[in-house]
Amino acid sequence: MLIRLEQRPEASNIMVYVSPLIAVVLTILTAMIMFGALGVDPAKAIETFFIEPVSTLDGVAELLVKATPLVLIGVGLSLGFQANVWNIGAEGQLVIGALAGGGLALAFYGQSSTLLVPAMLVCGVIGGMAWAAIPAWMKTRFNTNEILTSLMLTYVGLLVLSYLVHGPWKDPEGQNFPESRLFHDSALLPILIDETRLNVGWLLALFVVVLGWILMSRHIIGFQIKVIGMAPMAGAFAGFKENRLIWITLLISGGCAGLAGVIELSGAIGQIVPSISPGYGFTAIIVAFLGRLHPVGVLFAGLLMALTYLGGDSAQITMNLPNAVTGVFQGMLLFFLLASDVLIRYRVRFGPPRVKAEAAE
Amino acid sequence: MSIDWLVPAILTIVTAATPLVFAAVGETVVEKAGVLNLGVEGMMIMGAIAAFATAVSTGSEVLAILAGAAAGLLLSLIFGVLCVYLQSNQVATGLALTIFGLGLSALIGHSYVGATFDGLAKLDIPGVSDIPTIGPLIFGHDVLVYLSVISVALVAWFLNSTRAGLLVRAVGENHDAAHSIGYSVMLVRMGAILFGGAMAGIGGAYLSVAYTPLWVENMTAGRGWIALALVVFASWKPWRAFFGAYLFGGITIIQLYAQGMGVEVSAQFLSMLPYLATILVLVVISRDSAKARLNAPACLGKNFHVSG
Repeated sequence: MLIRLEQRPEASNIMVYVSPLIAVVLTILTAMIMFGALGVDPAKAIETFFIEPVSTLDGVAELLVKATPLVLIGVGLSLGFQANVWNIGAEGQLVIGALAGGGLALAFYGQSSTLLVPAMLVCGVIGGMAWAAIPAWMKTRFNTNEILTSLMLTYVGLLVLSYLVHGPWKDPEGQNFPESRLFHDSALLPILIDETRLNVGWLLALFVVVLGWILMSRHIIGFQIKVIGMAPMAGAFAGFKENRLIWITLLISGGCAGLAGVIELSGAIGQIVPSISPGYGFTAIIVAFLGRLHPVGVLFAGLLMALTYLGGDSAQITMNLPNAVTGVFQGMLLFFLLASDVLIRYRVRFGPPRVKAEAAE
Repeated sequence: MSIDWLVPAILTIVTAATPLVFAAVGETVVEKAGVLNLGVEGMMIMGAIAAFATAVSTGSEVLAILAGAAAGLLLSLIFGVLCVYLQSNQVATGLALTIFGLGLSALIGHSYVGATFDGLAKLDIPGVSDIPTIGPLIFGHDVLVYLSVISVALVAWFLNSTRAGLLVRAVGENHDAAHSIGYSVMLVRMGAILFGGAMAGIGGAYLSVAYTPLWVENMTAGRGWIALALVVFASWKPWRAFFGAYLFGGITIIQLYAQGMGVEVSAQFLSMLPYLATILVLVVISRDSAKARLNAPACLGKNFHVSG
């Protein structure tokens, strides 16, 4: 074979950071070809997708609003992914967290307490944790695959939401629309910039990034997560309890997702609607990988992925393209990333393999 | 209980189970070869839209089913190249496949929302299909239902009784050993992945041309994931996967009939049943961890590289 992969003696540290850039460039090139095939001027499409949405202050604010849940969930998921705990059900944990916080807002409707918003946030975290605790319990107690259970629970969570907005929590004065009543002002997160939707949630996301960074680089738990993920046997010999780490990583990622849900509800939407998230919980999986499972990387990746949501909307409005383009973009980006990640552990060689020195001895 | 009620109920179970049978049996072969493809949902939804688009624009059912298979196969080709040749993480790549498939199908399906066609015809043998009870139950299905049963039989025979099937299992149990006696692990795995992709595509096609002949975004609604759970439930045995799929078909239709009989439960709670049943089944199956490990292919999810 003329082109082949040769294992590097050591994983390349540079490639860890170059690979996402390669993936982004390849995605944009492929997208341009795709736009060309759809009969749209590629250069104009790219401008509409990536530049136009953030050319105004309102646009930048909206970018941060969309990045908030992605960064929050991405940080949580990246902890689990490093320990080989695959929480795929962040979308469900987001919904349940949002319902826990939103339910509190409805229960204390009309009461102007400054404690309501913090209490909602706490409820959101607890709700998300509770939903993630189910796969954690099943995984540690019954050895059940957490990928499948957390995902099945996402569908259940979405149905719980649908039941509540169609039934008990429907706005009594809402002309039968499946929506809750609008939250009272005291249940809304403070806005950071007037006339935009940018709210305190973004600062919370940044705070979680810092916390995640400290946990992973300075705390024993972060160290244990890395060891268990890279070498489970070594972790077991060192006395690290794998079940404990499964619980911790699932609870953290579930809590982050729940927090994201309640922030979305009380910061960006302002009432409980049948569709709280356009798939943030799934997109955050891409964010985690693109951000190299590192909290700071997740921050940048979250911003980029938020841009693909805005770009999809903008392409729909100005060029009449379906905004499903966003999903295609996101999937392609993850494909290219996974493909170029091969360069971290392997290098591309041309020509036939050389005989290894030890083989000649 | 009157028999008039039973026949349509069984027919509904069959149509609900058939897409799961295709997807689960295909994935069984993939996993037997040691590859975990979590992209079943994405391949199914691509199969669904490809088949529906073809059916609407050509009117040919055969072409529609082939298009569904081809769409699933193409998507699994991406997965195969990434995982087998580029050594990417199988879990992450499978998820990427699902995200990509859901997005691309929505993009393609955009212009097909609201389109309709007649749907796959049921078999109608004059005289035979008209026999009361037995006629519709045995001779009254569409052609894909029969194909699904045949495919289970073929896959079971292939895996257990042929030399090539043994090779697939060997690659899944110990890829280093299979490699050292001169078999191409990568080729075997690619073959299994492509087969699984085509089967998932046909399963998706069944949804959009036979089960409900119309296109709805996200219409697979987690069936790809349920198929993945079925493979575990079936301990990687094709016939057990088949019966598992029918069990789930039965659960799916409980919701239809419970509402028809006026049971006072919200539609949403009834819709949760298949997902809750999947979780329950997974718990029951996995609790005996030693047994679960014995049944699972030993190299499941592990990448193979010659130098590694």
